[in-house]
Amino acid sequence: MALTTYAEAARLALQACMKANPAVVVLGEDVGRGGIFQQYKGLQQEFGAARVIDTPISEATILGAGVGMALAGLKPVVEMRVVDFALCAMDEIVNQAAKARYMFGGQGRVPLVARLPIGLWSGSAAQHSQSLEAWFAHMPGLVVVAPSTPQDNYSLLRAAIDCGDPVIYMEHKELWGLQGEVSDQRIPLGKAGIVQQGNDVTLVTWSKTVHAALEAKTSKSVEIIDLRTLWPWDRETVFASVRKTGNLLVVHESVQAAGFGAEIAATVAEELKVPVKRLGAPRIPVGYSKPLEDEARVTAQKIEASLQ
Amino acid sequence: MRDLLDSRLLEASFLTMSDRALALYRTMARIRAFENAAEEASQGSVAAFGASLAQANIRGPLHLSTGQEAVAAGVCINLVKDDYVTSTHRGHGHTLAKGASMEAMMAELFGRANGPNGGKGGSMHLADFSVGMLGANGVVAAGMPIAVGAAHAVKIRNEKRIVACFFGDGAINRGPFLEALNWAAIHALPILFVCEDNRWSATTPTDAMTAGEGALARAAAIGVPGVQADGNDVFAVDRESARLAKEIRDGKGPRFLHAITYRFKGHVSVDAAAYRDGAEVSRALQNDPLIVAAQKLSEADARKILQEADQEVKRALKAAAAAPWPQARNAYTDIQDTGGERWR
Repeated sequence: MALTTYAEAARLALQACMKANPAVVVLGEDVGRGGIFQQYKGLQQEFGAARVIDTPISEATILGAGVGMALAGLKPVVEMRVVDFALCAMDEIVNQAAKARYMFGGQGRVPLVARLPIGLWSGSAAQHSQSLEAWFAHMPGLVVVAPSTPQDNYSLLRAAIDCGDPVIYMEHKELWGLQGEVSDQRIPLGKAGIVQQGNDVTLVTWSKTVHAALEAKTSKSVEIIDLRTLWPWDRETVFASVRKTGNLLVVHESVQAAGFGAEIAATVAEELKVPVKRLGAPRIPVGYSKPLEDEARVTAQKIEASLQ
Repeated sequence: MRDLLDSRLLEASFLTMSDRALALYRTMARIRAFENAAEEASQGSVAAFGASLAQANIRGPLHLSTGQEAVAAGVCINLVKDDYVTSTHRGHGHTLAKGASMEAMMAELFGRANGPNGGKGGSMHLADFSVGMLGANGVVAAGMPIAVGAAHAVKIRNEKRIVACFFGDGAINRGPFLEALNWAAIHALPILFVCEDNRWSATTPTDAMTAGEGALARAAAIGVPGVQADGNDVFAVDRESARLAKEIRDGKGPRFLHAITYRFKGHVSVDAAAYRDGAEVSRALQNDPLIVAAQKLSEADARKILQEADQEVKRALKAAAAAPWPQARNAYTDIQDTGGERWR
């Protein structure tokens, strides 16, 4: 099978959804030229400027207009470029999109997918490198997804667009060029994947650190779970694995303090009474210079040390 | 005369001039009656502005549009049921004028299960999608991007609707104001921006916080044509809204109405607004939009309409007090379907 990049996989998923459902529209900066990561390449030519909508640099209104479109019956895919910029639209995400259905007593729903890429992006420094998935997992009303492979990006973006709830869809900026096989496989939201079988320790992770975990060399037999969806997270798969291994390590690129790993570790400790451990970035902004940036990286070597 | 209470103002374009005047006055009278009743039922609703918490049927901060009725009535008479409205934290008048049931609205304010939001929204999130009212909003200017999105959806789907987006004078100092107007202009969206200027941003005079020439000049700078109207003269608001709405329906793009009115009450219902100049308030009260409008009606008609509104709100209060509370389990519904059975 031919290899497909992570960015192209997302494009294929979006293209398929737009073909299948005329209510699916895209809005965001630069989408008409394919988006800066080319994840929208050719879509405006194919579906027209009325459905692939170029917008001003107006994050609050890009997201807020998405909410209005959704309440009026469309299924918008909202491009936010990077999660760091989506902070200009936090009211629209947190107070509007996540709350509308509940506040209005179910009169309206917001079937919106907001693409908020996360992660380090070589040399991009403090305002273009963050992984803020825990902020959104904290918020009732939101689904949070973080795909790690081209196949997952295809399958999960399709699932996200099919979902009737607002989805915070967090691709990783250093994965856009990652190649892999992509089929029309469907993966439901909320379902983790076991990417490596093992018996000694369960390693739960998502997004780019899945690959770092696979690279880590250790004498232990490690079961690696790619969570894929952070909310709702797949406790059944995690619990089943931890029951087998008796140990848990959660690894994520986001800052460790108050990260989503804490939620998983606490839940597993409460439910299964096993030793738990977390590995995340130190609580520092991401520095520009490589030696500084590297401090924020969660690498295979750091994972190896945590597994000892 | 047809029953205006039921056919509402939504078919008002077919009304004769005198029927139209009666319809406008009736809407204003109903809003006034609703606000007065809600004000009374909310005393003790929140510990703020020196007031202390007490037992009240309406809980939490309650933002009254008393004195601003002409804006809601004059704009909404130019809308049909399918048109959309977005509103503000001071949104009871817009909701009522758009055709929502007073009884259901009062039930929502009382937190009862039969409110349009099932008791989940209350005053600040009041919505009635069945009449195109897409929600009040607890955040200043936050309805503007949503209104723009609804208008954009209308355009994409080639629908006939228009959107009326209400916001206050405080909203023009927030970023989404600029973003929403710019967006509506570049996409030529079918939206009427209504700046309901009651002169106050909570307890601060908006003028002191606003540079330049204000709302209309800002709209003009973005290329959204507009007009200023006396927001206490319902006939003036109606006249200007009719013209702007027609231009929007003719496909000419967004329009802007700057309606200058006055907030009779404090920021919330327990705020006595002692920070305001008494002379300013007295002048405003003499310019009460209901008094202004009544001059165009016979005394008998005006009295009858006021009495009917009073009776209607009494029925609404009684019904709301007797209405069932939501079940506790409803706290867990309509959050999200995906993972929606998991609360921790």
